[in-house]
Amino acid sequence: MNNFIEVQNAEMVFQTKKGRFHALRDINLTVAKGEFVTLIGHSGCGKSTLMNLIAGLTLPTSGMLLCDNREIAAPGPERAVVFQNHSLLPWLTCFENVHLAVERVFGAKECKAQLAARTRTALELVGMGHAITKRPHEISGGMKQRVGIARALAMEPKVLLLDEPFGALDALTRAHLQDELLKIVARTKSTVVMVTHDVDEAVLLSDRIVMMTNGPAATIGEILTIDLERPRNRVALAEDPRYTHFRKGVLDFLYTRHGHVEKQVA
Amino acid sequence: MVSAVFHSPRGHMTAPAVAVALPATPATTSPLAAPRPAEPAPPGYDWKELALKVFPPIAGIALLIGIWALLTIKSTTFPSPAETFVEAVKVFSDPFYSKGPNDQGIGWNILFSLERVAMGFGMAALVGIPMGFMIGRFTVLNRMVSPLISLLRPVSPLAWLPIGLLVFKAANPAAIWTIFICSIWPMIINTAVGVQRVPADYLNVAKVLNLSEWKVITKILFPAVLPYMLTGVRLSVGTAWLVIVAAEMLTGGVGIGFWVWDEWNNLNVKHILIAILVIGLVGLLLEWALISIAKRFTYDEV
Repeated sequence: MNNFIEVQNAEMVFQTKKGRFHALRDINLTVAKGEFVTLIGHSGCGKSTLMNLIAGLTLPTSGMLLCDNREIAAPGPERAVVFQNHSLLPWLTCFENVHLAVERVFGAKECKAQLAARTRTALELVGMGHAITKRPHEISGGMKQRVGIARALAMEPKVLLLDEPFGALDALTRAHLQDELLKIVARTKSTVVMVTHDVDEAVLLSDRIVMMTNGPAATIGEILTIDLERPRNRVALAEDPRYTHFRKGVLDFLYTRHGHVEKQVA
Repeated sequence: MVSAVFHSPRGHMTAPAVAVALPATPATTSPLAAPRPAEPAPPGYDWKELALKVFPPIAGIALLIGIWALLTIKSTTFPSPAETFVEAVKVFSDPFYSKGPNDQGIGWNILFSLERVAMGFGMAALVGIPMGFMIGRFTVLNRMVSPLISLLRPVSPLAWLPIGLLVFKAANPAAIWTIFICSIWPMIINTAVGVQRVPADYLNVAKVLNLSEWKVITKILFPAVLPYMLTGVRLSVGTAWLVIVAAEMLTGGVGIGFWVWDEWNNLNVKHILIAILVIGLVGLLLEWALISIAKRFTYDEV
């Protein structure tokens, strides 16, 4: 397995109005091609910060991040991000939202019909083919998140970065979208890094779970390898002792060894 | 940015926001501003609701006219509502006559005023909106210009008139200049604030997609700023219409403000009252037109 994403000794210090805030220290992580990795931890532990570092939206104070052996110095379409609150542009239709991304990545070498076809394919992949002319405010939260995923997938990214993509959804919609995501990832063989605070989601989706200690100066506490075979079925897994074991492992880390300290600086 | 933020959140672009920002606007503080177009009637329309909407404004106007009538019963200098109405019918029966530069119909006066407003305001929009974009986008520019804006914005419109007269050496351009300088501030400020308030998420999307600066402006910045910008435009038009009357009183020529002053010199109080009403109505119409445009261009928040 080659190391597709490499994080080497990354440190992140923010200069805030209240002074220096040491968010991340000593982060070392490698993600292989085609691997599904989740980052889990209590809120404020810097998992989104680490995600932003991989996305290139922020640059580390020290240390180095590599994607496909090239330094991550800026955001780019090869590392597509699905944001927590979907971030669709409200004045564009679903089609136009996705097309904006497609146009940017493939506009130089493909004709208009091909671009439109790519856009439609991406929307159909997430089951949103029926709503291409709708604007974001006309569709439900789960649908918006699907379009957000379609936008990311349409760019054919090397890495799919998901920042708590299902956090704002109700439990049923979330479960449904998790299943969809599993199918899509199986089909596209994407490399995925996902931030979550949902233990079940992490165990169900991941090949490895990266558990982070509490901030300030958070770091990777433990990495748990989930060697459950795919495709995974949530109902069958619910009774699987290995699933329960993994779940217990994560819960143990989060609540027994690194219980959330309430009055810490967020 | 500058302390005063004129933006009223999208959705409720109606009179109160303006009444706060510009307490002197006759159009919005008069009872005429109260009635709003009724909602599209659902089947089985609630007539009581309609009555409650329609009667209070009418009662307000009636009250004003009633007080006016009562106060002018015995007056010889101040005309009564009835006299004013008769005179108004006469004035409006021939709005477009022209008997030399100092005696033209009310239609001409309004049109000339509107033309000046359109020119001054148009130029202010051409300069102010791009400037607002740049100030909003570049922090250095913002810090550079902010103190200047804070200093110049509260200056009374008429203080600018002598500068205009000095530079342009003619009354008409000076009046247009005064409108320009007074109506530019709301547009600069609102556009700049709008640009600064573009949600960080949208800009992150732009970064991740690595959009070109042109795409960022056309697909993200402009649509996101548009509602703020239109609020600025609306406030600017209100200001411009306020300023023109005062400016024309001083510069003369044909125009509604000059007409008011001319009729004062003729001691024709009825015409002054008619002019006040007309100024209010035109201001109201301008405001209403821009609110409808603004509504057309506001998107729903997701």
